[in-house]
Amino acid sequence: MEKDNSIKAAAFQARIDAGEKIEPKDWMPEKYRKTHIRQISQHAHSEIVGMLPEGNWITRTPTLRRKVGLLAKVQDEAGHGLYLYSAAETLGISRDELFHQLHTGKAKYSSIFNYPTMSWADIGAVGWLVDGAAIINQVMLTRTSFGPYARAMVRICKEESFHQRQGYEIMLTLCQGSAEQKAMAQDALNRWWWPSLMMFGPRDEESPNTEQSVKWKIKRKTNDELRQQFVDITVPQAEVLGITIPDPDLKWNEERQHYDFGPIDWEEFWQVVKGNGPCNKERLKARNAAWNNGAWVRAAAQAHAEKKTKELSVKVG
Amino acid sequence: MKGNPIWEVFIRSKNGLEHRHVGSLHAADATMAMENARDVYTRREEGISIWVVESKFITASNPSENGELFEPAKDKAYRHPTFYNLPNELKHI
Repeated sequence: MEKDNSIKAAAFQARIDAGEKIEPKDWMPEKYRKTHIRQISQHAHSEIVGMLPEGNWITRTPTLRRKVGLLAKVQDEAGHGLYLYSAAETLGISRDELFHQLHTGKAKYSSIFNYPTMSWADIGAVGWLVDGAAIINQVMLTRTSFGPYARAMVRICKEESFHQRQGYEIMLTLCQGSAEQKAMAQDALNRWWWPSLMMFGPRDEESPNTEQSVKWKIKRKTNDELRQQFVDITVPQAEVLGITIPDPDLKWNEERQHYDFGPIDWEEFWQVVKGNGPCNKERLKARNAAWNNGAWVRAAAQAHAEKKTKELSVKVG
Repeated sequence: MKGNPIWEVFIRSKNGLEHRHVGSLHAADATMAMENARDVYTRREEGISIWVVESKFITASNPSENGELFEPAKDKAYRHPTFYNLPNELKHI
């Protein structure tokens, strides 16, 4: 049994090395399956919980243009969660179990969504920076080895680009507006910059799973590589807005051909991951309330379906 | 959840093309599956036709049996045009 498994594992690695995609019914190491269930489901939970900080401002958008954009974005996030739950389910876990893990706090979601959206400018900053960071990670993941995950990423990437543009347009409007509007935009950047950098996860040397993830082509680039990419792309975007990234150590390095940036407060990162961020409790409470208060809808749908089936069989019989 | 099975979703993006598998969803019956498929998979006019099929009605081949299942085609090169040797000056064939 041992020997059989190690032969299978070697054959599996050869497929990965050859650039083959792994599909749900293919043999895979148990750790590959479990890693994907965890990663894909946490990605899905992030999309669903991510609807909350932005949903917060739907009733208070300054214009109709902003309202339709924000509604469409939040609706997309629900859809993205659904694509990812579907991908996770191909690996042998049920939707009910996935929700149970989220609602009981067993499963994590991206810690960025544990921060509050304090002002309208936050909606701009979130679209620009949080979706911007997500895009960098998700574009990389379109080349991930597990087929359903890669295909979900392709769909998501197509939809995500409007999310970032919507956020940037908000920032642009504010930065080109009154002094108070520009100050509000600067304040939002000040609060969302560092948490956005943390979205890429711990530094490579402190990320024990990275090596196996790269070997199995789950990750095609490391946390630090993606984080550097994000900084390099975003600094010029801040310059166009005319606001300052809150990092005194941010500086173009001619030799590296990348931006050097300052130290991240990893203590804050781990505290938020552990559940001590500003909104962790609130997010979980909101999700549980939505699930519990929506129980009647699920029950009604089922009752309706059963009633229709009965009526049909009476007619036919 | 009982009575909330998985459905596979197929979309035809435009006439002339075949339906392609785009993903799955949960729904209590075919009508709700169809409406959910419309909401989840065609928000940007990605399709002009939707098929939804309960996953339990799909029979899938087992990849570990691929060798045996697809063996018949392995030694039939004569099904390919390149098997046939014709002079180069021949046109339109």
